[in-house]
Amino acid sequence: MAEVYLNSKFVGTIENPTEFTNHVKEERRKGGITDNLNVFYDEKAEIVQIECLRGRARRPLIVVKDGHPLLTEKHIKQLEKNEIVWSDLIKQGVIEYLDAGEEENTFVAFFEKDLTPEHTHLEITPLAMLGLATSLVPYSNFNQSTRLNAGSKNQKQALGFYISNYAVRMDMDVNLLHSPQIPVVQSIMHGISDYEKHPAGQNIVVAIMSYKGYNMEDAILLNKGSIDRGLGRSSYFRPSVAEELRYAGGLIDQISIPDKDVKGYKSEHDYRHLEEDGIIYPEAKVDEGDVVIGKTSPPRFLSSLEEYSLASSTRRESSVGMRHGENGVADFVLITENEEGNKLIQVRVRDQRVPEIGDKFTSRHGQKGVVGLILPLADMPFTASGIVPDLIFSPHGIPSRMTISHLIELVAGKVGSLSSRYINGTTFDAEPEEKLRKELLSLGFRENGVETLYNGQTGEQFQAKIYVGNMYYLKLKHMVANKIHSRARGPIQLLTRQPTEGRAKEGGLRLGEMEKDTFVAHGASLLLKERFDSDRTVVPVCESCGIIAVMDEFKDKSYCPICGDNTEISNIEISYAFKLMLDEFKSLGIYPKLQLESKY
Amino acid sequence: MNMIDQYEDKLPKSIIAKLRENIPKGTSDSKIKQILENTVKEYNEARVEAGECVGVISAESIGEPGTQMTLNTFHFAGVAEMNVTMGLPRIIEILDGRENLQTPMMEIYLKKPYSEGKNIRDLALSIKETTLKEIAFEFLLNMAQGVIEIKLNSEKMKELGITDVFLSKAISSQIKGYSTRTTKDSLILMSKGKEESLNEIYRNKEKIKDMYIKGVKGISQVLPVKRLDEYIIITAGSNLVEILQLPEVDKERTITNNIFEIANVLGVEAARQAIINEVFKVIESQGLNVDMRHIMLVADIICSSGLVKGITRYGVVSEKSSVLARASFETPIKHIINAALVGEVDYLNSVVENVMLNQPIPAGTGLPNLVTKVKK
Repeated sequence: MAEVYLNSKFVGTIENPTEFTNHVKEERRKGGITDNLNVFYDEKAEIVQIECLRGRARRPLIVVKDGHPLLTEKHIKQLEKNEIVWSDLIKQGVIEYLDAGEEENTFVAFFEKDLTPEHTHLEITPLAMLGLATSLVPYSNFNQSTRLNAGSKNQKQALGFYISNYAVRMDMDVNLLHSPQIPVVQSIMHGISDYEKHPAGQNIVVAIMSYKGYNMEDAILLNKGSIDRGLGRSSYFRPSVAEELRYAGGLIDQISIPDKDVKGYKSEHDYRHLEEDGIIYPEAKVDEGDVVIGKTSPPRFLSSLEEYSLASSTRRESSVGMRHGENGVADFVLITENEEGNKLIQVRVRDQRVPEIGDKFTSRHGQKGVVGLILPLADMPFTASGIVPDLIFSPHGIPSRMTISHLIELVAGKVGSLSSRYINGTTFDAEPEEKLRKELLSLGFRENGVETLYNGQTGEQFQAKIYVGNMYYLKLKHMVANKIHSRARGPIQLLTRQPTEGRAKEGGLRLGEMEKDTFVAHGASLLLKERFDSDRTVVPVCESCGIIAVMDEFKDKSYCPICGDNTEISNIEISYAFKLMLDEFKSLGIYPKLQLESKY
Repeated sequence: MNMIDQYEDKLPKSIIAKLRENIPKGTSDSKIKQILENTVKEYNEARVEAGECVGVISAESIGEPGTQMTLNTFHFAGVAEMNVTMGLPRIIEILDGRENLQTPMMEIYLKKPYSEGKNIRDLALSIKETTLKEIAFEFLLNMAQGVIEIKLNSEKMKELGITDVFLSKAISSQIKGYSTRTTKDSLILMSKGKEESLNEIYRNKEKIKDMYIKGVKGISQVLPVKRLDEYIIITAGSNLVEILQLPEVDKERTITNNIFEIANVLGVEAARQAIINEVFKVIESQGLNVDMRHIMLVADIICSSGLVKGITRYGVVSEKSSVLARASFETPIKHIINAALVGEVDYLNSVVENVMLNQPIPAGTGLPNLVTKVKK
């Protein structure tokens, strides 16, 4: 006797639950019931759960009967000949999808050789346990699971050949890797997912050694020679958009080179790239602040102007320029109309990004790091055969993270490169390490992958043997050029007169509450005052009423709006934020009276 | 030895007393003078400089390791132990000056021969607060007669040493308008005089369930434990006043973790020491290293008004003289409005206000001033 729940709702009871569930499964395999349905018999709770709602995670398995998989050689031949497809196998009940509940009632074999009569299902491939990005990590069954997560996350940020019609697209903020390669050490997922059509990395020579502390804390060293030959080079695209908007009163934006009498005119130099139509010409080199699309807008508050001004109303400058800190080359100009019929201009700016100190690189094993130093080719260590590594990776990244796959890929890549073939590194199903080692030995190298290296600067032989090999490295989208930021003086906020916040606004770096406390703790009173001087103001204060007075610059005289001219007025130095607070008090009806007193 | 008296204004009493104790008799005057001079020098060097921001330094010194404190306590399986709040929640509890603790606790030290284990179990049980429902099986309500019948657990009563007579006395002294009658295995309460409504009787039935019968109020659990070579009683729940009145208890060492009780019973100085001990216990148990003097300073601030006041907007912070300083902590609107109503004046005497106005703070290098006479 068991209770039956359909989509978690009670529908009735059943006498023989095992027979019932088996019957349902049988019917589903025959095609009598939808293959979207899963049944689960919970023996302890005596509950049969039938689920067919959306949102369940399900995975495919090969059905096993009496210790034999239903998927036979015949099926495989048919598949190869394209006579049948995946969905036919599901219709035939050879493969079925299980959800988390039904999985509890199954006994799944990992490999075909493990099958016993008790088994109910067979894994199609152990790789099916992993997601797409994770199955792209070679030899990942040698790793800790956290590294797998990190590795697959990193792959999603890698620059590559994301789409082949990129030249005619106006994608926002995209990167394109120059001369991408397909990895030497692959998994079968690289084939399945057509990785060769959108590769995202390069095969390079990696040496695992420390180098004068320049690769501390996960930093890496790059070979200048390799960079000059195109290693990790990429393009960064960002489009600028301008639209001829229509305003009330028949007024319209105008895309053109702004006249000099336009309000907010920048400088002739800033408009130098614009052609007669007000749009930049392709292949123009643009720097920060340069105008890409010239545009003027009609004046604001038109109605009030028309009544009084006799002069022709001045238009406003509203050009689209390069952002702060960005430069590049105008790549592609697009002139169209948008849905409302307004003229729409898009200009895509391209910027070549050569690897520099601070750019982020990673292998496929969660071993990410930033470039700490770029070494001239001549100074790079080299092997006896004259091989110079493209990248030097720190050995300190290995013990705590235990990324064995990183080490195996290095040997596998070496073997693959030397014998010019691809190595299968599929999780749980890879070419074994012993085989790789034997092959490496037969190729004339030490079987453990180490080699004698020579100091590039002195020519001396390194005492330690260095682990060198080939690996697939990815350039990640986090590049210093997009992040570098500094400020001495710069824009301030209108309301508080304090520096703006954020890189895009050329903002300052906030010295916060806790940082302030450290100044206090050191008793550095005057230093603290100086650091907070960014919104310093000197205001006149009326000594009799204690309200901020007015300084009349024309008459060079200050007066109090309440007490008039005949009162003592003194200048005080306060933060503008405090003056603002006093104003807010006044707006609340609170009278903040300042009582002045000589400091000395 | 008379020489020491001359230094009374240069050294604190405790150091002078120690010197008197430790300088051997017959030491020559020149030697004593040398000792005293060196002591004064050392003492002055150890003193904090004027204008040193000891408060901020204490706050940083406690706050920085505090970020590493684990929220949950470790439990040791199989060890007789009571659940005690430790870690960050306990620190917050102490520093906020909360009166109702999450886990009030006492450590009762005993006089001989009880500390050697004599009758330790009985003593512990007699301290524990017993309510009526603990010694009863069932509470029955006879609606027809308006009578409450309590079926008693005689075994439990015997264990706790409660007799029928004692019980009926205890009950009748706490509830009025009922006569008590004991039968075998049960106690019957009958309403005296005028008939009460059924509702009233039902409410009374519920009320007497939690009626206090015996023991010390507030002590909900007792646990006799052997610590080093003596037996002590650890309790959950705390009642310092009544425990200290028990003749078996060692009044000098018995302690509670409720700082307010200590302040009420033993005074604010004891409370200060209790705060130091309790905070230090937590910090030590987390394997952190914070100098005792930082904690002492915090305890001093909490107790400085003569009452235990937590470091909250209702406690110490509300005592600040500066409106702006109070407003910058929490609930700024409340402070500004109230200050405006009475026309409060802010003399800008402490740190926060001066940071707000961007003036040099009166601490560290901002403290000293140059005083000159202006020629007229």
